[in-house]
Amino acid sequence: MKQTRAIVITGNGTNCEMEAAHACRLGGFDETVIAHIAEILSGEIRLDDFHFLNLTGGFLDGDDLGSAKAQANRLKNAVVAGTDEKLVDQFTRFIASGKLILGVCNGFQLMVKMGMLPGFDGNYLHQTVTLTHNDCGRFQDRWTYLKVDADSPSIFTRGIDRGIYLPVRHGEGKFLCDSAATLERIETGHLAVMRYSDAGYTEQTMEFPANPNGSTNAIAALCDTTGRLMGLMPHPEAFVHYTQHPRWTREDLPEDGDGLILYKNAAEYAKKNLI
Amino acid sequence: MANRIEAALKPGVRDAQGERIKREIEHFLHLEVEEVRTLDVYTLDTALSGEELELAASGPFSDPVIQVWSIDRPLAAGFDFAVEVGFRPGVTDNVGRTAREAVAYLTGRACAEGDGVYYSVQYLLKGHLSAADVEKIATGLLCNTLIQRYSILSAADFAAKGGFPLAVPKVSGETKVEVREIDLEVSDDELMRISKDGVLALTLDEMQIIQAHYRDSKILVERKKFGLGAKPTDVELECLAQTWSEHCKHKIFAGTVQYEDENGNKQEIKSLFKSFIQRTTKDVRERMGDKDFCLSVFKDNAGVIKFNEKHSLVFKVETHNSPSALDPYGGALTGIVGVNRDPFGTGQGAKLIFNTDVFCFADPFYAKPLPSRLLHPRRIYEGVVEGVEHGGNKSGIPTVNGSLVFDERYAGKPLVFCGTAGMMPAVVNGQPGHDKYIKPGDIIVMTGGRIGKDGIHGATFSSEELNENSPVTAVQIGDPITQKRMFDFLIRARDKGLYRFITDNGAGGLSSSIGEMAGECGGCRMDLAKAPLKYPGLNPWEILISEAQERMSLAVPPEQIDEFLAMAVRFGVEATVLGEFTDNGVFHMLYGEKTVAWLPMEFMHEGLPPMQLPAKWTPPHNHEPLLEEKGDYTADLKQLLSALNICSKESVVRRYDHEVQGGSVVKPFSGVANDGPSDAAVVRPILESFEGVVTAHGICPRYSDIDTYHMTANAVDEALRNYVAVGGSLDLVAGLDNFCWCDPVQSEKTPDGAYKMAQLVRSNQALYDVCMEYNLPLISGKDSMKNDFYDGTTKISIPPTLLFSVIGKMDDARKAVTMDVKRPGDIVYLLGKTADELGGSEYLALSGAVGNKIPKVDAAKAYKRYQAYHAAVNQGVVASCHDLSDGGLAVAAAESAFAGGYGMDLDLSRVLWKGDDAGRSDCTLLFSESASRHLVTVHPEKREQFEAIMSGNCFASIGVVTEGQKLSVIGLSGASAVAADLAELKEAWQQTLREL
Repeated sequence: MKQTRAIVITGNGTNCEMEAAHACRLGGFDETVIAHIAEILSGEIRLDDFHFLNLTGGFLDGDDLGSAKAQANRLKNAVVAGTDEKLVDQFTRFIASGKLILGVCNGFQLMVKMGMLPGFDGNYLHQTVTLTHNDCGRFQDRWTYLKVDADSPSIFTRGIDRGIYLPVRHGEGKFLCDSAATLERIETGHLAVMRYSDAGYTEQTMEFPANPNGSTNAIAALCDTTGRLMGLMPHPEAFVHYTQHPRWTREDLPEDGDGLILYKNAAEYAKKNLI
Repeated sequence: MANRIEAALKPGVRDAQGERIKREIEHFLHLEVEEVRTLDVYTLDTALSGEELELAASGPFSDPVIQVWSIDRPLAAGFDFAVEVGFRPGVTDNVGRTAREAVAYLTGRACAEGDGVYYSVQYLLKGHLSAADVEKIATGLLCNTLIQRYSILSAADFAAKGGFPLAVPKVSGETKVEVREIDLEVSDDELMRISKDGVLALTLDEMQIIQAHYRDSKILVERKKFGLGAKPTDVELECLAQTWSEHCKHKIFAGTVQYEDENGNKQEIKSLFKSFIQRTTKDVRERMGDKDFCLSVFKDNAGVIKFNEKHSLVFKVETHNSPSALDPYGGALTGIVGVNRDPFGTGQGAKLIFNTDVFCFADPFYAKPLPSRLLHPRRIYEGVVEGVEHGGNKSGIPTVNGSLVFDERYAGKPLVFCGTAGMMPAVVNGQPGHDKYIKPGDIIVMTGGRIGKDGIHGATFSSEELNENSPVTAVQIGDPITQKRMFDFLIRARDKGLYRFITDNGAGGLSSSIGEMAGECGGCRMDLAKAPLKYPGLNPWEILISEAQERMSLAVPPEQIDEFLAMAVRFGVEATVLGEFTDNGVFHMLYGEKTVAWLPMEFMHEGLPPMQLPAKWTPPHNHEPLLEEKGDYTADLKQLLSALNICSKESVVRRYDHEVQGGSVVKPFSGVANDGPSDAAVVRPILESFEGVVTAHGICPRYSDIDTYHMTANAVDEALRNYVAVGGSLDLVAGLDNFCWCDPVQSEKTPDGAYKMAQLVRSNQALYDVCMEYNLPLISGKDSMKNDFYDGTTKISIPPTLLFSVIGKMDDARKAVTMDVKRPGDIVYLLGKTADELGGSEYLALSGAVGNKIPKVDAAKAYKRYQAYHAAVNQGVVASCHDLSDGGLAVAAAESAFAGGYGMDLDLSRVLWKGDDAGRSDCTLLFSESASRHLVTVHPEKREQFEAIMSGNCFASIGVVTEGQKLSVIGLSGASAVAADLAELKEAWQQTLREL
């Protein structure tokens, strides 16, 4: 029996593994495994056995060398026990075999710092963009309106009409590029999947607090050209049911939260293309 | 050879951290600075090749998109002064620790023992500053000299010297291990000198009890067998001092009190704890019978209650006041990650589901001189807020509830309450999750961080007042990531049944954790030389009592030890076997082969007779201010909304992740713009279920200036009415008491000890009385009894403060109610009666008065009304509900209205009044803080249903929600008493702390 399988990596300061796994299950994955990085490094669990990889929120290594830096270094250099294989080889193989990766918040930071996003020209290990300290200089927990680019190749946002409403919870979410050329390629390729916007999802905004961090061009999410790898600072797993909405006691809301569609799309894609 | 790697932001990249420092220099030190930029500096004391250094610098130590890096070459340019700040040797350096680990991954080689990476920050200041200004910036803002070191270079000196010299802050100490013997056959004065100089905090009586123990010939015979003489070793004396400290032993709560009330009635109370706190729980549980939901109370690190058939709830609230006074950031960070270990170390271990914080500070805008050694309240505020932010956020535990309380007397000691709740399986491996035990022969294992000199004498130091000589080592810095890793490992080890007993290492370190565990089975034998150290040179007594953080102690069955240790290695967690548990009745410490402490368990735990404490209650008579009728109270209302205790705390709360773990249902903010102040928190810890956990708290130290009996009654009521407001069920709710008192022991330094002790007695009396009416069992708590500052001339004592927290359940979180009004046309009800009770109110505080007419809780009536209200919530007829507390009806109405974005028309003549009509006025109706009241709105269609449910209780419809953006209150005369635009009211409420 073929099954769609999602994996959520945890350990060393990842915090959102429970709700990310819950979102995968609600989204329709047949099986979801929370794997501690120690279980991957020991060879007990292999990424090859999964279709959808979740790098989720938290404070990997306490943000000590800058968010996700230490984990990026670990993933790039650590060797899987009892093999000659570096862990990073499992990642590149996962990407090459057409599977899905979603990085949320700290996971997005990890993806850009490893070089997985935007992943130009199939090079998924070369860093060209970053996420750094919010302009306000502080961690922020607040909800944001995210205008979605309907022309983006992202498979995760298919079917989203105009935008979605999600919370951000980060101190280092300001998106920056290494050059104007990189930004240009992102913009022309419609890789900036979501932008902080007004409540009607009409205009992107640089105004705090609607744009909580001062990101370049209000960019909140980024995908690669295949659309199978995406990272975003807001937390889709934190809004999969209406009771998570900050105003659910005063607004008429559908049962599902806005974030769930990302996981539904991932499950749908996996079912059609990966098994 | 050591090297320096620097990483600097590229030109043009905004330096948010630098900008924040610049703002703080201007706001806080009133110095103009043109620009502040920051640089990361890593000092590597390792054997890396040149190529490896380049890989480190360009890899983990810098971000190629925004930073440039250098090796052994300064990057600083374009500044007038440079200040470099790093940790003192031996202080926890989290970034350094992560950097060292990154180097090991990069090279593929483990770092050699003793190799280190040390982190510092370089601040580049530009502007017209004098050397003295920069010194002030360094010591007043950038560096806490207690734990950090700094150096300053002007641009010219920097150029001449080629930057800052290479300095490795490695601990260089003697490695000679020494055990001293202390001669107790000395005069009483000398005994006290030994206690004082050693920060033992032992009284003369206690020193004499120890002296007598070492005169016992039977003891001496036994000691001789282990090569010990008639004098105690330093290990023994230090161990007894920890075990017997106020912090660990709660001597005041366990003491015998001679209480005399205002009428001269005398009463002997043997142990306040047993007579009131424990008795409350016992009596409530008896009354509940088979509905009793308490599972483990007062005996473990945290209290445990039933949540459902499969899960149990765990809750503990702690304080970390003294360390936060010295190092606000480190103290508060340690406070939160420390309390995390309590529920984690309860029963067989719990997953942590939320944090709560309550901070008590002096005015951050305080502008008067302070005694030396006291940090400015603003600096304490900044440090504590940031410390708890880092501790909570990094641990992945949502901070769902809390408050900030202000009173000038908290300048003497800030109060930092941190709470953590957890959830455990009702059954783990066939045993109740909340139970644990130890068998003789089980192995003593310590996991997590290593031991250093940090936190030595924390327990005894906090058992004394803060003074100029408070020890530096008493401060620790928490490391949430090391702890998180350990928890990730231990929770999996729990499920595999790899250990039998777990507890945390907090105050008193191993002496306390292993001492208590040994009490479970009747003894232990432990080799202190096996303990992993951060650096060499610790003496055995230091190893035993160090409060170095992130450590748990466990009892592992011998047959599981190999699997336990192997799993620890896989998860990157240090686990060390230190010895074994025995049943020979002795706390036996070795260092290698040599016995360094031999203490009978009975003497350690039972050797101390109860303290004798006088208490005499004389009610204070405060000046009673005359209230003139004003006609219009709009200006007073705005002033109240801006008051520190009432204003919005959003600038702080947004810095705390309150949504991680995904179960957030009622958040700290409610309303149309997500900014109204919620009364309580509701979370769903099990995402597949809609069962909710509800938590709330009450705290009202201002009332202590009148009577701590009513202070306590109001705190308990406030907690419960907040809890009830959002929909918490009265069938499953428990309380936790945290007493923070000023020293109540009569002495030369505390001539009013008998009064303060009487305040404590009265507080306990109220706790019993009110909790009995509310069917509220107390499941855990803590006391911190020495919250004074004394430097020989100035004494500052905090107001007696009780934080009362509640935790409970609502069966269906989808029925939760928030405080924002929902629709125009909804009817506004006030539940409960209002009385002439402005004593201790925020309203009187505006004019500096206290008064005497303290709010009194009618718990029996309130309980019945809360039950009726809960039924209304369950039937879905309540649109909004807000509790009335600081600032009374006027403040609650304003908050509900502006949170909901609709106006409100109210009529004071319709408010139910209790007591003498002489006191009934617009002023008392608006601002009186009478207890147990809720402001509720109900849709007109639900009116009859609501009134039917509430019938037989005191409630009245007092107005209506309106489309217009105005709060209008008609006074008793029929004329307007308050009329204001919501926007103005909201602005008044939001402006005070917005920029902090």
